Parts: sequence; C-alpha cells; structure tokens
Amino acid sequence: MQTVALIDYGAGNIPSAQRALEVAVERSGLSCELIVTDSPEKIAAADRVVIPGVGHFKDCREAMFGVSGLVEALEDSIHKKGRPVLGICVGMQLMADLGLEDGETPGFGWIPGKVEHIPTDAGLPIPHMGWNELVVRTEHPVLEGIQTGNHAYFVHSYHMHCENPSDLQVEVDYGGHITAAIGRDNVFGTQFHPELSQETGLRLLTNWIKWNP
Amino acid sequence: MLKTRIIPCLDVKDGRTVKGVNFVDLRDAGDPVALAKAYSEQGADEICFLDISASEEGRGTMLDVVNKTARNCFTPLTVGGGVRSPENVIALLRAGADKVGINSAAVADPDLIARCAARVGRQCVVVAIDARRTGEGKWEVFTHGGKRGTGIDAIEYAELACAKGAGEILLTSMDKDGTKSGYDIELTKMVASRVTIPVIASGGAGTIPHLIEGIQETGATAVLAASIFHFGEIAIEDAKREMQAAGIPMRIEEN
Repeated sequence: MQTVALIDYGAGNIPSAQRALEVAVERSGLSCELIVTDSPEKIAAADRVVIPGVGHFKDCREAMFGVSGLVEALEDSIHKKGRPVLGICVGMQLMADLGLEDGETPGFGWIPGKVEHIPTDAGLPIPHMGWNELVVRTEHPVLEGIQTGNHAYFVHSYHMHCENPSDLQVEVDYGGHITAAIGRDNVFGTQFHPELSQETGLRLLTNWIKWNP
Repeated sequence: MLKTRIIPCLDVKDGRTVKGVNFVDLRDAGDPVALAKAYSEQGADEICFLDISASEEGRGTMLDVVNKTARNCFTPLTVGGGVRSPENVIALLRAGADKVGINSAAVADPDLIARCAARVGRQCVVVAIDARRTGEGKWEVFTHGGKRGTGIDAIEYAELACAKGAGEILLTSMDKDGTKSGYDIELTKMVASRVTIPVIASGGAGTIPHLIEGIQETGATAVLAASIFHFGEIAIEDAKREMQAAGIPMRIEEN
C-alpha cells in the first residue's frame, strides 16, 4: 500500500484533482491511499506528492511557505528520498528558479527556468484559456499513450521557460511556443489541468501513479 | 492551436435544473450533475451553471451540486448567480467550480472584480454582462437577470471589467436571448475588439450557423447556448463537426 498526498494549502480546486486522482488510482490497479493534507509530517511520509495551484505565483509560494515545514518536507521527498512529485499549473510553475508575475519571486528551483508572461505579439486574448493541442517532445513514462494532437485544458497567463531543453516534455502553440509539461528526474509538472482534461488527463495521472523514477 | 469552446449552460434552482431540459437518455432530466456529465461526454468544452435560487438554502444546495459535478465529470465548470463577495467565490471554488461568474454585484461595485482576482487569480473570475441595445452602436448593462437598467454603457463596462482583473467576459445579449435568431454580432464584435481577455458569446443561438457566425464574425473564443442543446435540437458533436468544417478549430478527439 502506498500513500499519495494531494497538498491542500488553500489554493484551488481540490475536489476535481482529488476525484481525478482517485480514478487514476483505480485504473492503475495499484493499492494506494489518497490523502488530502497540508501536514508536513504526512507529506514527508507519502510515497508520492501532488502540488496543485491556481492564482498568483507569489501567493501560492507564500501559502506553501505559510505552512511551517511544508516546503522542507517536499524538498526532502524530492532530493533525499527520490519520490515522484507532480505539480499542476502554478504547482508546476513553482518548480522554476524564478517567477516574473508582479515582480520577481523566487521559485523552488527544482527545474531550472523562469516563469514569464505568455508572448502577446500575436494579439491573442490572455489568459490562454481552453483546450489546446499537445505537441509531445519526449518519450517520458508519464506521457505513455499520450500523443501529439491530444487535447488538454489550459487556463493561465504565465508559462515556464525551461533553461535545459531536455526538461521540456510537452508544448503547445498559442501565438508562439508555450510550455505545457516539464520533467526532470523524479519531478514532473503540467501547465494544463489533467483533472479537467478528460481521458488525456486521466491517462497522464494513471501513468504518474504507476511511475517509479 | 487553441480550440474554440462550446459551453452549454444550465439554469439551476434549489439544486434542480429548470426550463424543462429534455434529454432522451436521462432518467432524471432535472439533475444538473447527470446533465453535466452527459454534456461532457458529448464533447462540451466547458459547462456553465447559473444558480437562480432565491434563498440561502438554495445556494447551499448549489455548493453540493457543484461538488458532485466536479467529482463526476472532468470538464471545466463555471458557476455564476448571486455571487457577491470574494468569500462566495472561494466557497464555490472550494466546492469544485473552476471559474466563478460575477454579474450584478460587480456592476454595483467594480472593485469587487479586483478583490476577487487578487484572492483567486484573474483566470477564475468571469464577469458576466447582460446588455441591451439602446441605439445605434450603443448597449446598456442590465442587472438582476436582465430586469434592471443601470445607465452604464456595456462596452465601457467591459473595458473596466478587463482593467479591474476579469479573466474572461461572458457577454449576453438580452435582446437576442431566447429568440433563436442568432447572437448579437455587432455587440460581441465590439466588446471582443476592446478587451484583451477571452469573450464568450451568449444569447440567441438557434442553429449551428449561428454558432459559426458567433465566432467567425466577432472575435469571441467561445459560444454559450442553453435551449438548443437541452432540447436535443442540436447535438454538441454535430455542432463541433460543422464548425470545424467551416474552418473553426474545434476539439474533436478521435481516440
């Protein structure tokens, strides 16, 4: 029996993510317990961790640092225990070195890069809101069965620019290149919302539950 | 490439859909959770619930409906109706809404948009505008379900909402709503050209060509409709295929 912790630090839509993870656990056929928590002890003990997030980069970062010991527990899980961690939307963006939304805010620095405003040259509406076609760049185990042309649901105004091209897993086109998923070692993140992306999203979450990096 | 969205909208009162939704395959056509799931399976790109409950009790029931919907269909859900404070917005998001629509309360106090956006991020804040034509190239904002005139210019208000931090505008033509004669193209085009955020065209869709012109002639990035989908006059799949054939990029999953 493994434990999957979905961090609830007060940001965002927990019910969708929780239910989508429950379905992913069922589909994986593995014996897993899903917990929704902000307890650093429980997160430290979990076998895998999901970081959701909507809203501002800075607010989400402050909310996570606002729970004493939470970020330290996560860093222990990632760096010392090698456990899989999944970030969703702002939960992914926080993995970067730096966020540029309303001034400069340091990120956790787990995947080198910066979170910048989506290019506006094309004059397209911002936020980038809706379903976009994925362009899969790598053969990552979390992306098994997900192909270029599958759709996922996005809602964001900022996106991550990866320093190392090899960390970029999936991109989409919205008046230019937009980072859709990143991955490095045991860390994976999606700018889109797998919990709102129907079959494609459930497939990704199921792959992630089964992933042993 | 970003796809154009089709958004079916359900009016919900005290936890039940109203306006006699008629779905052939559903045992309980009054259950918004089942309807949302059915629409999601048909390819709806988002679902919209408008809470028209008049009582606190009815609003409490809505939170339960939202929660059940979020747990049953993995499609983005926007909920509006009676939202007056950032706390109302947060309660709906915590229940499982992905975006929250604000209408009358934002007209009365546009800073509410900024306060909500500061708490939950602008992408969650949908400002719903009900507009009625008052003259050549002029529209007025109406509130309270389109019953009360405000004297506020709809185009200027849309710009203000965008500046205050709205993530999206849901623009309903009160002249066209319920007529099935097509969207108010001129209004939608005017608003879409004046704001930098996505605009959803609403009010008046009666046929698939209406959906097509609602996108191609306006700059809106989504079309919302209610009765044409509820009564099975148009299946969402068919609408999407015809829109795609007309050159509009639509999400059609082949697997």
